[in-house]
Amino acid sequence: MTTSTRGVDRTPAVLVLEDGRTFRGRAYGAVGATFGEAVFSTGMTGYQETLTDPSYHRQVVVMTAPHVGNTGVNDEDMESKKIWVSGYVVRDPARVPSNWRSTRSLDDELAAQGVVGISGIDTRALTRHLRERGAMRVGIFSGHALPDEGTMLAEVRQAPEMSGADLSAEVATTETYVVPAIGEKKYTVAAVDLGIKGMTPHRMAERGIEVHVLPATATVEDVYAVEPDGVFFSNGPGDPSTADHPVAVMRGVLERGTPLFGICFGNQILGRALGFGTFKLKYGHRGINQPVQDRTTGKVEVTAHNHGFAVDAPLERVSDTPYGRAEVSHVCLNDNVVEGLQLLDRPAFSVQYHPEAAAGPHDAAYLFDRFVKLMEGQRA
Amino acid sequence: MPKRTDIQSVLVIGSGPIVIGQAAEFDYSGTQACRVLKAEGLRVILVNSNPATIMTDPEIADATYVEPITPEFVEKIIAKERPDALLPTLGGQTALNTAISMHDQGVLEKYGVELIGANVEAINKGEDRDLFKGVVEEVRKKIGHGESARSYICHSMDDVLKGVDALGGYPVVVRPSFTMGGAGSGFAHDEEELRRIAGQGLTLSPTTEVLLEESILGWKEYELELMRDKHDNVVVVCSIENFDPMGVHTGDSITVAPAMTLTDREYQVLRDVGIAIIREVGVDTGGCNIQFAVNPEDGRVIVIEMNPRVSRSSALASKATGFPIAKIAAKLAVGYTLDEIPNDITQETPASFEPTLDYVVVKAPRFAFEKFPQADSTLTTTMKSVGEAMAIGRNFTEAFQKALRSLEKKGSQFTFVGEPGDKAELLREAVRPTDGRINLVMQAIRAGATPEEVFAYTKIDPWFVDQLFLIKEIADELAAAPELTADLLAEAKRHGFSDQQVGEIRGLREDVVREVRHALGIRPVYKTVDTCAAEFAARTPYFYSSYDEETEVAPREKPAVIILGSGPNRIGQGIEFDYSCVHASFALSDAGYETVMVNCNPETVSTDYDTSDRLYFEPLTLEDVLEIVHAEQQAGPVAGVVVQLGGQTPLGLSQALKDNGVPVVGTSPEAIHAAEDRGAFGRVLAEAGLPAPKHGTATTFAEAKGIADEIGYPVLVRPSYVLGGRGMEIVYDETRLEAYIAESTEISPSRPVLVDRFLDDAIEIDVDALYDGEELYLGGVMEHIEEAGIHSGDSACALPPITLGGFDIKRLRASTEGIAKGVGVRGLINIQFALAGDILYVLEANPRASRTVPFTSKATAVPLAKAAARISLGATIAELRAEGLLPATGDGGELPLDAPISVKEAVMPWSRFRDIHGRGVDTVLGPEMRSTGEVMGIDSVFGTAYAKSQAGAYGPLPTKGRAFISVANRDKRSMIFPARELVAHGFELMATSGTAEVLKRNGINATVVRKQSEGPGPNGEKTIVQLIHDGGVDLIVNTPYGTGGRLDGYDIRTAAVARSVPCLTTVQALAAAVQGIDALNHGDVGVRSLQEHAEFLTAARD
Repeated sequence: MTTSTRGVDRTPAVLVLEDGRTFRGRAYGAVGATFGEAVFSTGMTGYQETLTDPSYHRQVVVMTAPHVGNTGVNDEDMESKKIWVSGYVVRDPARVPSNWRSTRSLDDELAAQGVVGISGIDTRALTRHLRERGAMRVGIFSGHALPDEGTMLAEVRQAPEMSGADLSAEVATTETYVVPAIGEKKYTVAAVDLGIKGMTPHRMAERGIEVHVLPATATVEDVYAVEPDGVFFSNGPGDPSTADHPVAVMRGVLERGTPLFGICFGNQILGRALGFGTFKLKYGHRGINQPVQDRTTGKVEVTAHNHGFAVDAPLERVSDTPYGRAEVSHVCLNDNVVEGLQLLDRPAFSVQYHPEAAAGPHDAAYLFDRFVKLMEGQRA
Repeated sequence: MPKRTDIQSVLVIGSGPIVIGQAAEFDYSGTQACRVLKAEGLRVILVNSNPATIMTDPEIADATYVEPITPEFVEKIIAKERPDALLPTLGGQTALNTAISMHDQGVLEKYGVELIGANVEAINKGEDRDLFKGVVEEVRKKIGHGESARSYICHSMDDVLKGVDALGGYPVVVRPSFTMGGAGSGFAHDEEELRRIAGQGLTLSPTTEVLLEESILGWKEYELELMRDKHDNVVVVCSIENFDPMGVHTGDSITVAPAMTLTDREYQVLRDVGIAIIREVGVDTGGCNIQFAVNPEDGRVIVIEMNPRVSRSSALASKATGFPIAKIAAKLAVGYTLDEIPNDITQETPASFEPTLDYVVVKAPRFAFEKFPQADSTLTTTMKSVGEAMAIGRNFTEAFQKALRSLEKKGSQFTFVGEPGDKAELLREAVRPTDGRINLVMQAIRAGATPEEVFAYTKIDPWFVDQLFLIKEIADELAAAPELTADLLAEAKRHGFSDQQVGEIRGLREDVVREVRHALGIRPVYKTVDTCAAEFAARTPYFYSSYDEETEVAPREKPAVIILGSGPNRIGQGIEFDYSCVHASFALSDAGYETVMVNCNPETVSTDYDTSDRLYFEPLTLEDVLEIVHAEQQAGPVAGVVVQLGGQTPLGLSQALKDNGVPVVGTSPEAIHAAEDRGAFGRVLAEAGLPAPKHGTATTFAEAKGIADEIGYPVLVRPSYVLGGRGMEIVYDETRLEAYIAESTEISPSRPVLVDRFLDDAIEIDVDALYDGEELYLGGVMEHIEEAGIHSGDSACALPPITLGGFDIKRLRASTEGIAKGVGVRGLINIQFALAGDILYVLEANPRASRTVPFTSKATAVPLAKAAARISLGATIAELRAEGLLPATGDGGELPLDAPISVKEAVMPWSRFRDIHGRGVDTVLGPEMRSTGEVMGIDSVFGTAYAKSQAGAYGPLPTKGRAFISVANRDKRSMIFPARELVAHGFELMATSGTAEVLKRNGINATVVRKQSEGPGPNGEKTIVQLIHDGGVDLIVNTPYGTGGRLDGYDIRTAAVARSVPCLTTVQALAAAVQGIDALNHGDVGVRSLQEHAEFLTAARD
């Protein structure tokens, strides 16, 4: 433990939204300027997992929990090799981290990775603004010589929008790698990396699955080259309406009838592959407290979410698709957004949320078991 | 899955009197539950012996029984009402234990009553230490996490001694099974401590069982609040982290929500374990609380315990998150599932989610060690606090400093001026957890302690330690700054500094700081507690202040009335005042006002967001209240601020609020002064021609001596402006008077000591009345059972008075009117009289709602607090009579002759405290109030009502057996008749030699027993103390001998407490008890609901 002096960094910082609202605070992490889509996350734990989740690529994340950084940063809770958020907004950053696993402070980690942040602003006011007006572009500017507000606003408005952004290739692995099964190997899964989180292959590995993580650009041939028992499509950033390549690959998998599982972006891709549309939610679901109902059992699970887009599928009836009958398997009880899809005639399903958790509750871990069951069924 | 249709009526058991460990939070949860069940169309039958509760208001349930919560009485209620179901999980340990014993006795089966909310097996699994260990083991097998502390179950002292060896030596934790609030548990560092703690624990445990455990002192402590529905959906409502590490009962710890120092991985482990436990235990529906210890070195998780019911922590969690656990538990119990219940606050999302917070909640305990100077103030695993304050802020420092000032206790806020003291000594002292340790830690930091040192001595988590350093650094900056700039002041406010603290540091008056702050435009904003961190719009205006940017207070049209609550429960100011505030809110809402409640006590109905139109969860200091008034004045018209109903806390703000231009309604600050200032009040009495005991005021010993010499000893001395008789003492001689003045630290010319002649042998009378400037409504006249000199809050009393006639009532009415008029009361006034030698003396007047308002209201079936609130805002008694809020004619002084008698009895916390040697504290009543709660007994005759009050407070009076009598000389005459009656009822009398002699001369046989001081006899004859400990005594009568009390009496009374033997310490109580025993021995004692009672009174009035 070290004594830190208060407010080491009183460097000013400004957050400017594309509709002109500004918040003045202090620099946090790296000093400089950054742009992205402003979104808020309501999780009270798990900032390290959030920061390293590739789905947050090009987003400026506003933490609604006021204290961030209390447990520092460790080497085990990373969901990928780096921090992906383009900017970070917190109210009260920790001065001293306290946890037996902590190896460094979050502030230092953000600075080391060049992530520009802002602290000391009314994050609740900002969250309410985003809730009412919807997610929008934002810029964070920090340093002692800041441009005037007009200039900053103009820069924010020049930044690219999230709608129409094709980002998977920017975050996914470029080389295939293998996550070995823990214990006895039972199955092989080809996982298409659209921005995969480290916990996802780990959850599969725990169940005896050897996971071959393939680049986002992988073709159907690449997928089948690993002789998979099942195919997985991961989470990832960007607008699903641009993801034509993964949709085509998925159709190839559906045609062959290989057991298929998708998470988050993977759910949107299944939606598209089945012929459903996708749309951008006003301010998205980002948190670890979201009630989702499994419509097959009626049970409610508390789940981790991080999605700004959703699938537009009918809730009340079974749909006919090129791959047979499909239905909405899971729904968010807060707003009736589609949270899961399943085919009734082929072994394929997906969820919009994060059963791998990290961060978040483990209530939905059973979905990995369902995937295993599908593969088991296919073998029998 | 919709509501069950096979249940039409349900019996809800309340928690009884307020005691340490089981307080007003159960009124909050019980009230919520009853309302929900009633709204669902069920017939709700309620039993609760505590009249000072909202839940026992006749409109909350369909049939309300203010009867003792004992299996015997609850069975009578079941036999009469024949409910379909019994909901035992909302009335604390009392309700749960009662339900279990009724199940075990076959009563539930006999009457076909289904236990809902929890099944017996689950209750046993959760509460029985051995079974619960098995649960934790099962969970570990299933999910690979969670374990119990290594432990050893004991049923005898031999087991206990063996257990220590098995665990590898001292220290060990001792935990008795099935006790509430951790009663009887503690740390034993050696064999002597072990024998004492475990010996008492074996006695306290209804199953004669204690658990010895490995010590996990200094580990991090967490709690989770969970809910489960019958469809096996489980949610974690809240996580709570204890600021004080393991070793201090969570009720005595400063606690923080949400948990601050867990990574997601660690938090999810606790969540997984918690969910697996609630499933394994088999809590079908409802809430439970699970406590964990986490090793800060390696994250090892130990499950400490679970409560398969609504608890103090769940009340806190409900207030902290906006998720009403009790209300939802009640809905789940009648068949709903979580996803079918809407979230009240968003109204659009379901309850099957987990609240997320964008603020920090801090709870701080309020202690009353000053009332028990003998008691050991070390905090242990036995809960000792009497109340708590909760504060909400947008960061820890803000919430924390707000919580400390909410405690309203001298020295509870951090101070940064003066010499901090010696660092090494401060650190050494900080090792021992006590009330106010946190202030000691801050002084150690000021004295130069490093964070490492603070952690090493206290084991407070380094993140929290850093927050203390942050506060201290800001204080330093404030002190060092050449001027108070906007930036600096805003920064200090952002971290919770009060204007008073800033002023102290800068050498400025508080009001000057406030002026500067306002001039700089620095004011708090108000944020909403919304369960979802602003993800969805909140429909419920539940606010807290923060020095942030954007306020969420919406404009309104209707005129608002701001009601100031009573703050943390403490002895002398408890739930009774909350009752009055809640009533005011209801009445004023009905009268068309928008009601705004301000309070900081999470254990109350007033801080339920359902109670008022708007709720501000804020400290009750002048600064905080002024800012709320300002915010509400910005939002719309404010008709006034009500200060009369929340006890001394808001009353004390009255003048300052008025000086700041706030419209204080009801009795004016000047009138309050006229009642509270001795000189002014003396003039009021003189003008009305009313006598008061001779008295004077003194600021020095010489002055006090002069007064005492003139009026004669004994004298009653006390500081002015106090509640609950704080510091009050009967002084019999000059030596003690000198010592008293020397010990009183707060004497000053503006705070003199009052010296009154003490009226020996007087009958004390309490009157609650309403006055509107024209008409007096005498609410009720209460005759105390104990004589004057026992604090009215600790004395039992009867209404209607049992020995006063029409002439006395007439005199009381005239005197009350004279005082109310002379003082200038608009609303409630409480006056204490003493009838001595046929002279009616006025002892004191309180121009506010008194502690007895709920009791009087229930006994007379008239809502006095509601009427008072209306009068404050201009209604007249005549109008209220016409409206039907008050009876059309007559008042509480004119009850029919056949009206039932209501008896109020005080409940004392003796068994909670031990001195530093581990001995009990003395139980003698005196002028300083020490009771924590009260019960009410109602029946057609006094004896039965008194017997019920005793059964409700301490357990049933014995109807036969052995009675031990030892009284002071002055009591010997009045003891003879009741003693004879005891013999007539078949009691065998035992007495010390002096008392036995007197009895014998009067023809009453009594066995002489040895005093403790005499030691055992030559043939092994036991002393009285040994006899009590051996269970050979069923009733004890022991009145103290003059001042101080001799060791013998002390040993007898503490033994009585330890063995739970009824112990009467005044002869008046003995006389009443004899009437009670007589009633119990003659015929069946029935039960009658308050609704039936009210019907009878109303019919009699018409």
